Amino acid sequence: MSARRIFAGPARLAAIAPYAWMVLFFLVPFGFVLKISLSQTAIAQPPYVPVFDVTEGWASIKAAFGQLSLDNFRLLVSDDLYISSYLRSVLVAVISTAILLLIGYPVAYGMARLPKRWQPIAMMLVIVPFWTSFLIRIYAWINILQHDGLLNKVLLALHIVSKPVVWLSTDTAMYIGIVYSYLPFMILPLYATLAKMDGSLLEAAGDLGASPARAFWLVTFPLSLPGVAAGVLLCFIPIVGEFVIPDLLAGSGSMMIGQTLWLEFFTNKDWPVASAAAVALLLLLIPPLLLYDRLQRRTLAGGG
Amino acid sequence: MTEESPDIETPKADVAAEPATPEPPAEAIAASAPQVEPAGEPPLLRIEGVGKSFGNFRAVDRLSLDIRAGEFFALLGPSGCGKTTLLRMLAGFETPDEGRILLGGNDIAQVPPHLRPVNMMFQNYALFPHLSVRDNIAFGLKRAGMARAEIATRVAEMVSLVRLEGMEKRKPDQLSGGQKQRVALARSLARRPQVLLLDEPLAALDKKLRESTQHELMELQRRLGMTFIIVTHDQEEAMTVANRIGVMNAGRLEQVATPRDLYEAPHSRWIAEFIGDVNLFEGDAGWRQGNRLTVAIKDGDTITVGEPRQPVTKTAVCVAIRPEKVKLSRRGPVSDAANTHAINRLEGVVSDVGYLGGLTVYKVKLDSGIVVRSSMANTARLNMDGYLVGQRVVAWFTPDDCMVLEQ
Repeated sequence: MSARRIFAGPARLAAIAPYAWMVLFFLVPFGFVLKISLSQTAIAQPPYVPVFDVTEGWASIKAAFGQLSLDNFRLLVSDDLYISSYLRSVLVAVISTAILLLIGYPVAYGMARLPKRWQPIAMMLVIVPFWTSFLIRIYAWINILQHDGLLNKVLLALHIVSKPVVWLSTDTAMYIGIVYSYLPFMILPLYATLAKMDGSLLEAAGDLGASPARAFWLVTFPLSLPGVAAGVLLCFIPIVGEFVIPDLLAGSGSMMIGQTLWLEFFTNKDWPVASAAAVALLLLLIPPLLLYDRLQRRTLAGGG
Repeated sequence: MTEESPDIETPKADVAAEPATPEPPAEAIAASAPQVEPAGEPPLLRIEGVGKSFGNFRAVDRLSLDIRAGEFFALLGPSGCGKTTLLRMLAGFETPDEGRILLGGNDIAQVPPHLRPVNMMFQNYALFPHLSVRDNIAFGLKRAGMARAEIATRVAEMVSLVRLEGMEKRKPDQLSGGQKQRVALARSLARRPQVLLLDEPLAALDKKLRESTQHELMELQRRLGMTFIIVTHDQEEAMTVANRIGVMNAGRLEQVATPRDLYEAPHSRWIAEFIGDVNLFEGDAGWRQGNRLTVAIKDGDTITVGEPRQPVTKTAVCVAIRPEKVKLSRRGPVSDAANTHAINRLEGVVSDVGYLGGLTVYKVKLDSGIVVRSSMANTARLNMDGYLVGQRVVAWFTPDDCMVLEQ
């Protein structure tokens, strides 16, 4: 009886904690953003109307609600700038994720087939770049890719090119930066899936007449699909909203949605439109998130 | 081919050569022919001086073995004896460091697994979790390039063979342990391999299911006429299913024999102790009289044993006798037989009684201090008057029931 009472409190708290966290740090801020996205821009502090003022009483709050509108969302769909930024974001994310998968899968596969004692070392090597700040690593890439940077020097020295190539401020530089930065997020879930795969399944496939290459496509690859899904979504979702890498490495010709958002918020001081763009981005990312959730649940059910 | 030729051709030759002679006794010739022929018939599988090491560990040590077509052969041994390594070399998952593996006359030692005409049933079944029962069974057939219609027929045949009708669409995680075992068996049989390798196929099943499955395996093997090689550490399983057993220890074959010979005529003390339960008496071989040998054991007791199969060359020997062949009585054996004098009698006190249901195992502490085990079948439900702890009894057994082994 008394023991139950002692454990009831902390146990319940532990169960509530993740929800409290979500409410406090996601739902409440999202509520603010959603509200701002429905407001109008104004030269004021904060730079939008209406502002809820609890001290003015119930009537004023009701009036403020009346002023909210979907105008900003209408602007998002009517203006080419936003639609093209969204499309570019998705395109960049699709291409980057495809490159990441093509590079990440063989690396993860190689890691999983290393002798057991070498695997933690390989894992460390994948994680070690995180010890340096993300921003510094991107600046390092600027250094490498610039006109008289390391890459051009090497290419010239090897006589692969006769004059320096323009790398910086191109899409190529952006893709290099994105693939470099996100590679660990692709490798780790793939490695986790491939490393726990039962080796006797491959032996069984071989025993039943499948050559090693066929055994890979018929057994290893289908069984690694949950890891592929995890890696793809872990990369695809943040790349869609990526701001720093395209801003520092890509040209100024076209923008990703993160850059557009930044522009609206800081340069144009149009908080409501920026908020609407952010809300729209979130809505855009819900379908892949739901897909991931479903896959994950199926994997968990399959494992049990 | 070789089996048929003498039956058909020999009588014809006789008739052609000596047409005048009366009817040759054709039956006699036909009957005698098979006795001559099998010696020349090459074994289906010949393992020749095969060795395999892992680092400093010698897993299989220059082992040779012949397995005939249609045999159910068991590799039995304690864990780490090399039996699984040997099986994996037959499947192609390990490459021997030395020696040859001849299957139907061709050396397959270096052939990769997917090109060998053998299949294996894995200990953990290794069913493909993303494929249905049907697709698991069809996996090997598709790789063999079989036509779709033929695959469907073969799969249906296999499904009914292992009685899994109605389960074709299920995934492995929707099956019970026994059903998984059947799928694994069907999958490995589907390609009709020349040799089926079974790696501890029943280890994951509970005792009741294991026993019924053992009989199904035997029945299946007889019906298909296929050659089965099973690896097991369970001696009862090996004795139940196999025609011949190879007992392995430390990478070598200790003895290859029928289950009966392994039990009743082991070649070594190690085998005698490994297979079943045994009483061992160390002693010195003494005088020989007719076909009887007398062995002096501790404290002046002697045991008379029957003629050993292999001549005893050393003095220090070991007499082995199975517990069920040691009888107990209050006064000794009933003395109606002519050679009563040859019967061994050892006196002692019952020190322990273990009731196992079908059997009761008595431990008798002899006056010399040696403990002898005797097991008696409980053949009647009522009025089985056994012996009590502390009771003085005579343990007796005939010379022919004893085995003499060199120490």
